[in-house]
Amino acid sequence: MSSKVYANAEEALEGLTDNMTLLVGGFGLCGIPENCIAALVKKGVKNLTCVSNNAGVDDFGLGLLLQTKQIKKMISSYVGENATFESQYLSGDLEVELVPQGTLAERMRAGGAGIAAFFTPTGAGTLVAEGKETREFNGRPYVLEQAITGDFALVKAYKGDKFGNLIFRKTARNFNPMAATAGKITVAEVEELVEVGELDPDQVHTPGVFVQRIFQGTRYEKRIEKLTLKEEHL
Amino acid sequence: MSSSRPLLSREQIAYRIAQEVEPSFVVNLGIGIPTLVANYIPDSMNVMLQSENGLLGMGPFPTKEQLDPDLINAGKQTVTAVPGASYFSSADSFAMIRGGHVHLTVLGAMQVDEKGCLANWMIPGKMVKGMGGAMDLVAGARRVIVAMQHMDKSGQSKLLKNCDLPLTGIHCVNRIVTDCAVVDIDPEGFVLKEVAPGFTPEEIQQMTGAHLRLSPELKAMSVDLNVPLKGN
Repeated sequence: MSSKVYANAEEALEGLTDNMTLLVGGFGLCGIPENCIAALVKKGVKNLTCVSNNAGVDDFGLGLLLQTKQIKKMISSYVGENATFESQYLSGDLEVELVPQGTLAERMRAGGAGIAAFFTPTGAGTLVAEGKETREFNGRPYVLEQAITGDFALVKAYKGDKFGNLIFRKTARNFNPMAATAGKITVAEVEELVEVGELDPDQVHTPGVFVQRIFQGTRYEKRIEKLTLKEEHL
Repeated sequence: MSSSRPLLSREQIAYRIAQEVEPSFVVNLGIGIPTLVANYIPDSMNVMLQSENGLLGMGPFPTKEQLDPDLINAGKQTVTAVPGASYFSSADSFAMIRGGHVHLTVLGAMQVDEKGCLANWMIPGKMVKGMGGAMDLVAGARRVIVAMQHMDKSGQSKLLKNCDLPLTGIHCVNRIVTDCAVVDIDPEGFVLKEVAPGFTPEEIQQMTGAHLRLSPELKAMSVDLNVPLKGN
């Protein structure tokens, strides 16, 4: 078996080209693949479709790729905090598909699990259901939603080993495990890369079979989007 | 149509909704007034707050020492986790939500109609930010309570015969708690359950865009005298 370990984001993103679909982990700015996003900006690939719950903020996260106009289409559940996004969307430079958050998670989960489509009660009778089959089960309407897969998945974990086993930390897990399963090539960046055998198999969240490339990231900023503290600490 | 009487404050709406919470409930609170509900749930209730980004057992905001960028809530605010908390993926989180494992969700709304349909994510012609987890929450939580002002800023009722804004969910709202009333939704429409101090049922009807049937148990809304009574 050839090694999954890469030296850095630039090398790990080899083969990622224009017009590809990328599944990107993270919720807000929490648990985003910071090194991979920086490398994409440097690489300059264009016309990307990014599947990610959010679009970052103007100057961090996927917002960096919006500023450079590398993203053609976003598939997200909430894109609030980003003025660049808003102006590109309103001018027609950016396509947007809004997907309910749970449906987005499940579409990626299904994509990675070999399920072509599934029926969910979410969005039945709303704009989200337009153009899709709605079927009744037990007297309740359900909407047919299709799986999502990506040419690449870019995920961030806390620890990983050289086989690609991943452990996430706190709420930085979010969409990363589903994205990891649904990429043709899944690139995991980790804060700490360890030898095979150092992770307790009972603690692994994402088994290494889902990860094709792994590297230890550098200089994690972990920017906080909304700093809230106990009153006496403000 | 607006009444001269004082409408209840956001805190009073939150206080009233907190009375709906039962011991050991799993509760998901939306952004805005719903977030305030947590302030009025006693610790002794052993309620677990669910945050759909992947946390069951959300605690208060952190001290400087506890601050951790890897621990946020669905509003992207830094938070803490209580003893007994768990972290999980977004897929597991929405399995919890759609699978009916969350007892109660409280969220804000722009409109609710007498069929229990809810609109809270989009105003056509304005910038669309997205529905986030709201569509899944209203489709999956066992009980859905809406917290909102009874009328919008222009004096139009937010309780209607039919929502005209794009829907978040259909036939999903069980109860609405506003700044002047508590209204339930049953198969026949709106039922007025409680009226805020100083208001009459007739006044509430005038402020409502659909017929209100009076509950046989109609009573005064309970208020907490320790928090601001009047709305802005």
